[in-house]
Amino acid sequence: MQMTEETLRGLFARMVGDEKHGWAAASTLHAIWVLYERVLNVSPENIDDPDRDRFYLSKGHGPMAYYAVLAAKGFLAPEALDTWRKWDSPLGMHPDHNLAPGVEISSGSLGHGLPLGVGTALALRAQGRSARVVVLMGDGEFDEGSNHETMAIAGRLGLDRLTAVVIDNKSASLGWPGGIAGRFEAEGWHASTVDGRDHDALYRAFTGESGGRPRVVVAEILPVEEGSAA
Amino acid sequence: MTAQLARKQMRTVWADTVVESLDTDPRLVVLTADISSWFFWDAKKEHPDRVLNFGIREQAMIDIAGGFALTGMRPVVHTYAPFLIERPFEQIKIGLAHQNVGAVLVSVGASYDDPSWGRTHQAPGDVALLDTLPGWTVHVPGHEDEVAPLLHQAIASDERVYVRLSERANSEAVPVSDGFTVLRRGGAGVVIAVGPVLDEVLAATSTMDVTVLYASTIRPFDHAGLRAAVGAARPDVVLVEPYLRGTSAFEVSEALADVPHRLRTFGTWRDREARVYGTAEEHDRLFGLDAAGLAESITGFLG
Repeated sequence: MQMTEETLRGLFARMVGDEKHGWAAASTLHAIWVLYERVLNVSPENIDDPDRDRFYLSKGHGPMAYYAVLAAKGFLAPEALDTWRKWDSPLGMHPDHNLAPGVEISSGSLGHGLPLGVGTALALRAQGRSARVVVLMGDGEFDEGSNHETMAIAGRLGLDRLTAVVIDNKSASLGWPGGIAGRFEAEGWHASTVDGRDHDALYRAFTGESGGRPRVVVAEILPVEEGSAA
Repeated sequence: MTAQLARKQMRTVWADTVVESLDTDPRLVVLTADISSWFFWDAKKEHPDRVLNFGIREQAMIDIAGGFALTGMRPVVHTYAPFLIERPFEQIKIGLAHQNVGAVLVSVGASYDDPSWGRTHQAPGDVALLDTLPGWTVHVPGHEDEVAPLLHQAIASDERVYVRLSERANSEAVPVSDGFTVLRRGGAGVVIAVGPVLDEVLAATSTMDVTVLYASTIRPFDHAGLRAAVGAARPDVVLVEPYLRGTSAFEVSEALADVPHRLRTFGTWRDREARVYGTAEEHDRLFGLDAAGLAESITGFLG
């Protein structure tokens, strides 16, 4: 299936009932879109290959964008989106990797994806593999202390195949003075902050040189101004 | 429970076993949070990517173990009991159980190995906490010689396994088995001893006509073994565990669902904290887990 905005909007629209997290789901769309379309070496054909790249959606709230991309890429049948949240559906309001094809971790409770990703990146390194691990979280989720424990570990251990994506829609209640990127940089990460709707900027941030360090891409999602095309 | 003097500590046996296994099992990775990391300094030179000390970051450590397990590796994760089970409990729930992956969690300190450190370093509720999650195997070795065989089993599997080490141990080992070992047979009742309480239980019941069952593996609980023992004795069951009183009472109830029986449980208090320091032996007496206290209570129960 061609991954166009029209296609994704159509897939997105098949899932109804989580209006509370509609904006949260939309905020992740572009980063996940670029990752699956242009960056990650993962597909329905190689999903069991230990050398595949991994994408861990840590911010499990509002997974509609994730499910839409998985459907567009062929991991999920589009019809599965119509069953979202129902008794026998593989798709819930928080993803379960035991139920949903293509979903790599079960998430929902915040602050677990980054340490799971670090564990997987360490395992891949121990196995001599070069696969990438990408973890997506939210700026509100960044409050969780486990992220800060893990940020330090990944920095000290030089996990250069690890990427964290922080969707920054300014939802952290107490904010992050000095910016989120600075917190990562203090722990030895390579950090960049980009417009979270700019596909080329996201791509460059995901694929540029990180100097042997773990990488964080802070994807800012600012309110769309009236009349803009975004 | 007897303090160890010249014998090897269970923790030393654990470390030796893990170090040996690192050489032979490429799936194995050992994760620590400072405590006991010194046991692995030499092994880290040989296996730098599979011996990892994260500092005092227990929550991250458990989820990281889950991340390892997602790739098929076998993490052995260790620290002091309250910081392994209680502090990162949600990580155990989500990072391991909800991901449907396994790990071997190995604690030291038990319920009150050294009470002079106070309540922060005691974890009498660890097994009860794990009982709120499905699928855990729980080993409570009572002697250092029981540690290696239990660990070998744990490392070879992909399951979620908790190994509860103690600095206190019985005078003799009991060969490891999946269920109860019958150490003594009698007709007046059945007394269950779990792990390092065995010496006190044997001393307390030395003149009683009771069956004594011993377990170093308490989950899964040996329902068939208990039913067989109760079938050959009066159905009065005494459960002595080295942690929260009555932790396995629901298992006894399940095992004997169709057998009229009485149950008396012993362990640490449920209704209040023991807000005292002192020695482990003093805490045994406080909780009635010493031989004299158990003898009096069990005699009173069995009549």
